[in-house]
Amino acid sequence: MTESTRIKLKMMNQLAARTFAYALLAVTAMFATSVAGAEESGEMQSAQTNVSNVTSLQRGARTYFNYCSGCHSIKYMNYARLAADLQLSEAEVLKSFAFTGARIGDQVISNMPADSSQQWFGKTPPDLSLEARAKSPDWIYNYLRSFYVDPTSTVGWNNTVFPNASMPNPLWELQGVQTAHMARADGEVHVEKLEVTSPGKQSSAQFDETARDLTAFLQYVGEPAALQRESVGVWVILFLVVFTFLAWLLKHEYWKDIH
Amino acid sequence: MANEGVNQGRRRFLTATTVVVGGAGAITAAIPFIKSWQPSARARNAGAPVLADISKVEPGQRLTIAWRGQPVWIVNRTPQLLATLPQEAARLTDPDSDVAQQPPFAKNETRSYKDKPQWFVVIGICTHLGCSPEFVPEIKPEPYDPEWKGGFYCPCHKSRYDIAGRVFKGVPAPANLVVPPYKFVGDHQILVGVGPEGAA
Amino acid sequence: MANFFSNIAGWVNERAPSMMPVYRKHMTEYYAPKNFNFWYYFGVLAMVVLVNQIVTGIFLTMFYKPGAATAFDSVEYIMRDVEWGWLIRYMHSTGASMFFLVIYLHMFRGLLYGSYKKPRELVWLLGMLIFLALMAEGFLGYVLPWGNMSFWGAKVIISLFGAIPWIGDTLVQWIMGDYNPADATLNRFFALHVVALPLVLLLLVVLHIFALHEVGSNNPDGVEIKKKKDARGIPLDGIAFHPYYTLHDLVGIGFFLIICAFIIFYQPTVGGWFLEYDNFIPANNLVTPAEIKPVWYFTPFYAILRVIPSKGLGVFAMAASIILLFLMPWLDRGAVKSIRYRGRGYKIALTLFTITFVLFGAIGAGKSAEWIPEIFGPTADVSGIEMHFGWLLLAIYFGFFLFLWVYTHFGYEKTKPVPERVTTHD
Repeated sequence: MTESTRIKLKMMNQLAARTFAYALLAVTAMFATSVAGAEESGEMQSAQTNVSNVTSLQRGARTYFNYCSGCHSIKYMNYARLAADLQLSEAEVLKSFAFTGARIGDQVISNMPADSSQQWFGKTPPDLSLEARAKSPDWIYNYLRSFYVDPTSTVGWNNTVFPNASMPNPLWELQGVQTAHMARADGEVHVEKLEVTSPGKQSSAQFDETARDLTAFLQYVGEPAALQRESVGVWVILFLVVFTFLAWLLKHEYWKDIH
Repeated sequence: MANEGVNQGRRRFLTATTVVVGGAGAITAAIPFIKSWQPSARARNAGAPVLADISKVEPGQRLTIAWRGQPVWIVNRTPQLLATLPQEAARLTDPDSDVAQQPPFAKNETRSYKDKPQWFVVIGICTHLGCSPEFVPEIKPEPYDPEWKGGFYCPCHKSRYDIAGRVFKGVPAPANLVVPPYKFVGDHQILVGVGPEGAA
Repeated sequence: MANFFSNIAGWVNERAPSMMPVYRKHMTEYYAPKNFNFWYYFGVLAMVVLVNQIVTGIFLTMFYKPGAATAFDSVEYIMRDVEWGWLIRYMHSTGASMFFLVIYLHMFRGLLYGSYKKPRELVWLLGMLIFLALMAEGFLGYVLPWGNMSFWGAKVIISLFGAIPWIGDTLVQWIMGDYNPADATLNRFFALHVVALPLVLLLLVVLHIFALHEVGSNNPDGVEIKKKKDARGIPLDGIAFHPYYTLHDLVGIGFFLIICAFIIFYQPTVGGWFLEYDNFIPANNLVTPAEIKPVWYFTPFYAILRVIPSKGLGVFAMAASIILLFLMPWLDRGAVKSIRYRGRGYKIALTLFTITFVLFGAIGAGKSAEWIPEIFGPTADVSGIEMHFGWLLLAIYFGFFLFLWVYTHFGYEKTKPVPERVTTHD
């Protein structure tokens, strides 16, 4: 075996060892990610949102402003940003989204007075800007689909994902009215199954789409820079790979001195 | 140490390439940091154009609004005030507004839109050191100028401007008052902060 | 061009003649062992991360507003409104976690190759002080976004000081500057995190590297390369740090940055491990998060604290678990440095110690609460099993130090012969 072959083999060995170690690290990170992202409590279905689909975000935004913005602010967003990211004109955003007479640069604040909501719901509807980051998109997706009528609760509704949330089903017009089939186990009554007993304007599949779009919109609202981040990342990693390779060539050249 | 001779040429080439590529990377990495100093989206939103209602501004009156943190005056000049403008040229530093202190449409004697010469929109900050001058529209002799034909007087260092914001000779201020970009929205509103589309 | 630079060098040299020798002493004439392996990257990687934290930290300080009413909003301002603010923030948060990952691996190298042994005890002690300062810096930084986990984490950790006899409660209130973590606490933590501790860290790092360069680096064989020098006084197994290790480390840095880039651009929260879910909720002194746990890098020590039912004893155990590491040079009385030539007992002990540390981390992160019902069934006594298992782990953790001392002091360790020269793969 020649000197240079031996060196190349040694190089290969070191490279392999290092790559393996880093790969292990990366796999661990990814594993941790997937494990950590999962939630307990029953069958959480995956939201399968696609934040890069602008049409989905537009539909989600429309749903949000028609059904949610009356009570919930998303104060870290402003209308101008929505127009830019959702590829809508500022005029359209002002017409379709800014019911409160806000200007294009204003934050998206709900009109509901805090004391009224306290009176009606027992608590102020929280700001939803970061809900998708605090809970996860899967949680929101399932939450939106898990309301059921509950005569014992203050607002007449309850939710299996967030019990006793003091929130009525904002989308019952679309989903229809769900009731819960209760079951008894270990002396406790719990919800076994939810079923739409009084249909709404949308079929089950259509409503899932609506919930998905709304979740995608809230996911976008949670981190508007996400798409830019991913597209910049490609170039950064490409550059780093090229640079590391160059550095390796340079190092290898000088390390010929050592044996 | 080494078996074969050191290939200096290859070393220089690889070193140079790595330094150049690495340097390019380092400079590119610095760009986001430098750009972070640009006005944020919040600052840009706050600096957005401001719509002013001029329906109640009588001739001879002035309306003050805020735009980008500065006072903007909207003056409804009377015909007498407009008539003084051609007479002042000899006393002014820049009577034809050659220095670009105004958008192209305002490079004229009245420093305003040609079809609405009475409306004067100007940033109320003296071009000397930044005080806000006084609005002195009456055509009568003043202690600082026996020939006063109406205009703006800055008490800080005694600079004077005519009723089109043009600076007089012999005062500390070097340039005419700044006219911001603006346009009319209908007859009763002025949008300050954006000029006419496709302005000349 | 080269002439111009050497003229400047000459001008400086005339007026500060000891500057040039410093460069030579620490770079071109610092001879490092030629057999450095994978474990020897983490020192320079730690420096890279330190620089990153300082630069991104300075820029974050330009936009962050300390104060209970403004902090959380200002972080969202950075994420959304500041041009490229999201990138600066993610670089800082990723850097914080990577700092600890790198440091743990760096410290593990010390345990593998006996880098804490004579004459490098001072290097090790300075390093342990850096570790303490880093933990403080990380804790303080985590409080700054003033999310709900920031608040409750601050409350729990500050309350630990209440365990100190007599002065505990006064001390807690003194640290907070209020009856609860509040605006006063946040502002002083900001000053400590941005100014005080970075200065301390920089000083300690400089001293750490100077102390190392005085005695020279260790290596995976634990062979002292200065014992065999050539006619010019250069160690036979040594190679000049510059250019050989500067270039070698450059490649390592490249790999490391690729991993960091993957995280920053594609998984900045790492599923809640680097940026926790609960910290996207503003601080709320009335509502505790469902699970209070520290960020992953504190979880092993948090677990040690938690598995002991008594608060005072728990705090003591947690402190002891770190202080014992300071004492490694004196606990380990073996003459052989590197694990390659040490007795099998040490290899087993170190393996168990490492596994224990990781398992403690899992407990501290709340993973045991998930795994125990899966293994023992839904009716299992989770906290009981966790506590008893934690005691077993405590025995192994502290047992490592006791074992090491007995093993080496009484001569039970059977070592292999250490080579005269370093071994490489050719």
